[in-house]
Amino acid sequence: MSTTSVSWTSETIPVAGVSIQVSRAGSGPPLLILHHDIGTLDRLPFYDALARRFTVLVPTMAGYDGSQRPEWMRHVRDAAAMQQWLLSEIAETRAPGAVSVVGLGFGGWIAAEMASLAPRAFRKLVLVGAMGLKPERGEIADQALVSYIDYVRLGFSDARAFDRVFGADPTTPQLEKWDLNREMTFRIAWKPYMYSATLPHLLGGVAAPALIVWGRDDRIVPLECGERYAKALPRARLEIVAGAGHLVDLEKPDELARLVIDFVSQGDS
Amino acid sequence: MHLMYFTEQPMSAYPEEEGRKFGATALMFSNQHFDPAAGSRLYNEYLDHYRLAENVGFDGIMLNEHHNAPFCMQAKCNVFASILAATTKRVKIVLLGNPLPLADNPVRLAEELAMIDMVSRGRLVSGFVRGGGQEQLATGVNPAFNRERFQEAHDLIVKAWTQPGPFRWEGTHYQHRVVNPWAVPLQKPHPRIWIPGVLSKETIIWAAQKRYPYIALSTAIDATKKIWELYDRVAQETGYAGGPEYRGYLQRCHVAETEEKALANARQFMWMQGEFTGLAHPVWSTPSGYFSPTVRTAFVEYAVGRRSNPRGASFEDQINSQMIVAGTPKTVIPKLRRLLEETRPSILGFWAADGFVSSADAQTCIRLLGEEVLPALREIGKELGLWSPFEANAPVGIAFPDPATPARERANAHHPTPLEVS
Repeated sequence: MSTTSVSWTSETIPVAGVSIQVSRAGSGPPLLILHHDIGTLDRLPFYDALARRFTVLVPTMAGYDGSQRPEWMRHVRDAAAMQQWLLSEIAETRAPGAVSVVGLGFGGWIAAEMASLAPRAFRKLVLVGAMGLKPERGEIADQALVSYIDYVRLGFSDARAFDRVFGADPTTPQLEKWDLNREMTFRIAWKPYMYSATLPHLLGGVAAPALIVWGRDDRIVPLECGERYAKALPRARLEIVAGAGHLVDLEKPDELARLVIDFVSQGDS
Repeated sequence: MHLMYFTEQPMSAYPEEEGRKFGATALMFSNQHFDPAAGSRLYNEYLDHYRLAENVGFDGIMLNEHHNAPFCMQAKCNVFASILAATTKRVKIVLLGNPLPLADNPVRLAEELAMIDMVSRGRLVSGFVRGGGQEQLATGVNPAFNRERFQEAHDLIVKAWTQPGPFRWEGTHYQHRVVNPWAVPLQKPHPRIWIPGVLSKETIIWAAQKRYPYIALSTAIDATKKIWELYDRVAQETGYAGGPEYRGYLQRCHVAETEEKALANARQFMWMQGEFTGLAHPVWSTPSGYFSPTVRTAFVEYAVGRRSNPRGASFEDQINSQMIVAGTPKTVIPKLRRLLEETRPSILGFWAADGFVSSADAQTCIRLLGEEVLPALREIGKELGLWSPFEANAPVGIAFPDPATPARERANAHHPTPLEVS
């Protein structure tokens, strides 16, 4: 994978009464990335890798990572509608079917909701360890019962990967960010926790080809949820990444980037 | 003064070593360690203690509730309030209180409390609380909306108590198309509302704005003084003068026939504070969104073990700071005088025993308090002018500034029946 440095810019776009900050890099077909419930670091090798092939847009979801919190939000579908609104404010993503989306974990749930609300909105859909569907056998791990650090550690297959990304002992400002993000997640996904009972019935109309990616060792969202997504979406296939937990983008950034690039580039020539 | 008896109703008969092994004794500590035979015995002992407290002269019995934890067996304070409504005659039944955010139907709560008020012939004091952090998790209630739900449920309950139905409630967290409960309180304009708390500034300010007495739960004397500074300042801004009738305090206080025995039993107050059983799990007690954003830094560090519990203190420290008072009647009275002189509350709760203190020792404590300590405190109260809300006939709150009608006048008043009217 290329190691040329990628330069990022940032803009704010007003949506539903708040300012959404969007980081942008690269050129080529537009690609929207929706971050995890734990928020995101500003720069990630995974984002850089994609920016070498696409115009990458990484919004900070409303209420996350210190951004302005819309007090009225109650549902993940509200977040999905806000993201659709955001896309309509950006030149490259305004036309239906122009943009592809990569949803990471909780962001994957939002991406799936967006696709169900507007079945022709996306060119390609990638869901990575996505929340949103109720497991039939296992359970989605409840972050309310574990500390911020333990929850994020649970997202990795290999503890050393956590240390590499966040340091073995994350700073207090990082903890405060995780606390704020957790609070925002509670505000919109408390009950039922991390799934929608109606979403599975609404995925059948999604027109975009979909790639479902799951870390083999995902201890946050059971693999069976990936299998359910692959079944419910009409044009989907499931890829499993060995040696990765829930946070595939943080633990195996190159592998995930390669899967996304291959899948999203298919059909381009 | 209004002098109350209180016990957390500890479920002390559980295998302590299992709690130590698990590392916490709340929320996720399995209820397989709960023994209903011991529970049945303890519930009935606690009922005996309440009746004894009435007989020896306490003015009120204070009740509370918690969930999923051995430190408090009351999962619903309205249940014991109902029992006491029928089995006591004189004492106020002081609920401190119902955790409002846990209620998905506050109208139901308004009905239950109205029934308790009527059955007790107007002896209910209806305190409201936010509920502890782990209570939100134990009942599946979103901690992020805790304070909003608290305030809205309060507004709905007071409206259901004081305005004729039917009416409609379209709130942020509660929507009721028809509010028209056929049980309304005997006391008018409504039962007194007292607000207990530990330190949360928002709650103190809210209580002062509502002109509700605030009950400081076992805070150190200096911290208690700061609470009253804040309360009095808000009271003044709101347009009334704060003072003893708005001040309550819950004192851990164990009395025995000897100093040694009193101190040994008082150590049991540490039972629920983690010294014996590791009660609090830092994450469960501070779910995100539950605490004020102003203390976020302290609590995120506490949650990952970077600081000790901001509320923790050793037994010796708590004896020195009088957060725990223990002794014979003769030695505790001067200590309590100091508390009354320095912080001037008119409502004083006695948290008399905890943990494994035997029923016999608990009864001795209640008897000594009633026979020797309470009479002395009443004299000190008179000397210091510590008139309770009942003695001062204080308004029940800012919304009803007229003095409250004593319930006994209402209960005895002759109201014509429909037959007599026609």
